[in-house]
Amino acid sequence: MIIKEINFLSKRYFALTCSVILLLTSLASLTFQGLNPGIEFTGGFSIEVSYQEPPAINDIRNELASGGFPEAIVQSFGSSKDINIRIMPRENIDNKTIGKQIEAILNNSTNAVELRGSEFVSPQVGDELTEQGGLAMLFALMMIMIYIIFRFQWKFAIGAVLALIHDVLITMGVFSLFQLSFDLAVLAAILAVVGYSLNDTIVVFDRIRENFRLRRKSETLDVINTSINQTISRTLITSGTTLLVLLALYILGGKSLEGFSIALIIGVIIGTYSSIFVATTSVLFLDVSTTDLMPIKQEKIDDGRP
Amino acid sequence: MNQYPLWKNLMVLVVVMLGVWFALPNFYGEDPAVVIAKENGQAFSKLETSDIEQHLQKINSGYKSIRRQSNQILIRYEQVEEQLSGSDSMRAFLGRSSTVALTFAPRTPNWISGFGLKPMSLGLDLRGGVHFKFQVDLDAAIEQRLNQYIADINKALIDKRIRRNIKKQGNIISIELSDPEDLSSARSLIREIDPLLEIKTLTTNLSPVLQVAMTQDQLKQRRDFAIQQNILTMRNRVNELGVAEPIVQRQGLDRIVVQLPGVQDPTQAERILGATATLEFRMVCENESAFDAEAKGRAPIGCELFVDRTGNPVLLKKKTIVSGDQLIDASQTFSEGRPAVSIRLDNKGSQSMLETTKRNLNKPMAVLFIQQRQETKEQDGQFVTSSVLEKEVINIATIRGVFSSQFEITGVSPVEAKNLAILLRAGALAAPIFKVEEKTIGPSLGQDNINRGFQAILIGLAMVVLFMIFYYKGFGLIANFGLFINLTLVIALLSLLQASLTLPGIAGIVLTVGMAVDANVLIFERIREEIRIGNSPQASITAGYQKAFGTIADANITTLIAALVLFTFGTGPIKGFAITLTLGIITSMFTAIIASRAIVNIVYGQRTINKLRI
Repeated sequence: MIIKEINFLSKRYFALTCSVILLLTSLASLTFQGLNPGIEFTGGFSIEVSYQEPPAINDIRNELASGGFPEAIVQSFGSSKDINIRIMPRENIDNKTIGKQIEAILNNSTNAVELRGSEFVSPQVGDELTEQGGLAMLFALMMIMIYIIFRFQWKFAIGAVLALIHDVLITMGVFSLFQLSFDLAVLAAILAVVGYSLNDTIVVFDRIRENFRLRRKSETLDVINTSINQTISRTLITSGTTLLVLLALYILGGKSLEGFSIALIIGVIIGTYSSIFVATTSVLFLDVSTTDLMPIKQEKIDDGRP
Repeated sequence: MNQYPLWKNLMVLVVVMLGVWFALPNFYGEDPAVVIAKENGQAFSKLETSDIEQHLQKINSGYKSIRRQSNQILIRYEQVEEQLSGSDSMRAFLGRSSTVALTFAPRTPNWISGFGLKPMSLGLDLRGGVHFKFQVDLDAAIEQRLNQYIADINKALIDKRIRRNIKKQGNIISIELSDPEDLSSARSLIREIDPLLEIKTLTTNLSPVLQVAMTQDQLKQRRDFAIQQNILTMRNRVNELGVAEPIVQRQGLDRIVVQLPGVQDPTQAERILGATATLEFRMVCENESAFDAEAKGRAPIGCELFVDRTGNPVLLKKKTIVSGDQLIDASQTFSEGRPAVSIRLDNKGSQSMLETTKRNLNKPMAVLFIQQRQETKEQDGQFVTSSVLEKEVINIATIRGVFSSQFEITGVSPVEAKNLAILLRAGALAAPIFKVEEKTIGPSLGQDNINRGFQAILIGLAMVVLFMIFYYKGFGLIANFGLFINLTLVIALLSLLQASLTLPGIAGIVLTVGMAVDANVLIFERIREEIRIGNSPQASITAGYQKAFGTIADANITTLIAALVLFTFGTGPIKGFAITLTLGIITSMFTAIIASRAIVNIVYGQRTINKLRI
């Protein structure tokens, strides 16, 4: 059975253009519009109520505004009967009275309301989280680079990290562009995207390394192309099965996991694309060659018997 | 021929069996339940148990079963709503001789739970409850200590008749001495109080000034002490609240996280947890007019001005007879039909009380209630929380007889009596705390989250399983088998570690299911390649596993690095996600590389195959 090789890298300039456009859009949106941070980052109150019958969201907004909460953000949460209300931190915070006030305001209507859950976060906790999240991201990047330099070579480390930054920026860009709520679960998902995107990239790199060692005479471009071709079915199948479960999570997991699943769905799609085009193209531009990958001493890495 | 040595097959079998064994308790589920225990820790008699059972039948609360176990009684219910109303009626029925707590009781049969096996513990977002995060005001803890030093230094200097002017400037105590001659004796007196204190002498002015400060080590010790002590006190208070499986943990430098599963009223919980109430007993300044003092805004020497509950001024002696920390026990009771708190003092307290009451018969004594309250104000767009000390005279009574260790105080409402008793029993907080985070998850929301999460896992799993069979035929079946082993192992490890499963944790499991097949896909694709080159089926299997190994290791280790960083930096939901992701990566490597190989070897290894369907 002969499978024709697809010349993926011939499309590298087209892919590069796409990536640059996506990155610029993401950066622009992140700079000018910013993220829509969840309550964990801003501080404030979040109250979840469940109605007997689906309520009109505008009515709730009006009721809350006349009840003294004009800034309340009202969103349906999961089903049409479940409502999430967000209120910014206030002077002389007392969340008990706020919770009770809101319940009292909403209970005026004929539609019975059940208080399902409430949350209060002090703004100072939010600041720390942002700092912690950024630190975690930087630390993860560093550790990963060190591992790849150790196992492969610095050009591959740069390629992998470029692909990573590409994936994370675009995923965050989508969240900024559509003003989806960026909460802690989404941050966790973004860090999972880091892991996933790497996994994909490493598999391709691993093949490039192997092929360089096998055919020392070949052109760099051909080696990379062959490697992509050899791993493409695996890349697509794994992304496919992961996307299947993520779709299940998105559809069935309920509102609390919606942001999380969206972030991962975007991340997996972008990650798959970047492991084929971005990571490989970066290595090509860095002019990786056979000599970069010749083992200094004979390594025993492919002794695959576990 | 592809064959594992016997020990390797056995190892796989043992690991899988252990996994199934440890995961087993999770298949039985849990009942909402109520635990009743006697305050004094004694066991319930048969008679008492049947009394409770009769009461349960009478109120028709829809309980499932009632059982005596060690010195507790466990009542199981079908529904959370029944459990909640059941616990309320139990509290009313039993009164304060027993604690009634909400819990979840595993339905695991005895032959399994006998081995100490437990199901995964569910996080708050899955079972409902209250979550608090408190910040400990460490500056206040330091200030308290400094005030203590000032009082001690002042007393020591007075005793030696050294004229001084003591001021506190930030974290430094500055002592101005009127007579330069006293310098060395003042220094040695301070050294006697605490030899570790840093003492600097400033002699630029006419009168010398001693600057006393705590060392960095002392400050750190004091802060650590304040947090440890607070955690201890809060644990005591949570136990007094009667909550099953509470969590009280330090987080970061100055935070304490409290999770109370099953609790649905955060208000009462917070009032008890955050309160810094304590009592002081003092004599009343009789011959002075409190109203005069209030008008002048200055109390006479030796007296201090307070207000009582109605807002009227009261003058009390500065000297405290007994303070809250000399208390051994406090309980809510009734005295002549009015709510009261019954109090027992320790030796030192009793001695002091005895002497005072002996000397002051028929004179009025006051009970001073001291409470630290938090206040949040907006300052330049920032919210600043500070603690404010509130002191209030709750009761003035005439000493009618001589008493020492045991007595009652009145003048409180029934609810106050109960709360005060709890607070006094559990001890005081070493430093004030204020709430920075609160989360209440209703029981119905928790159940919803569980149902949705597991539905997502099942459907996702089903889709992946079908795809693998469709795409890899027989090998797909083997991969699916590995997937189930993988899931079982993750559940087994989570149960073993007793790390609580949260909603993001479930998301981590779902993600693992999607990614777990990855290692198998890598191997199978390699086998296909080998066959395409024209290798024999057996050689292809060997080569496929061998060549894919390096790739799987590299790819998984990098993902593992990301997961571990998440685990280290993350708190709350992120940590929950990181735990399941980390476990998932490790178990999926085992199942894909070793377990699936064992099955492949058993199925294909011992015979000659002409064509491999993969």
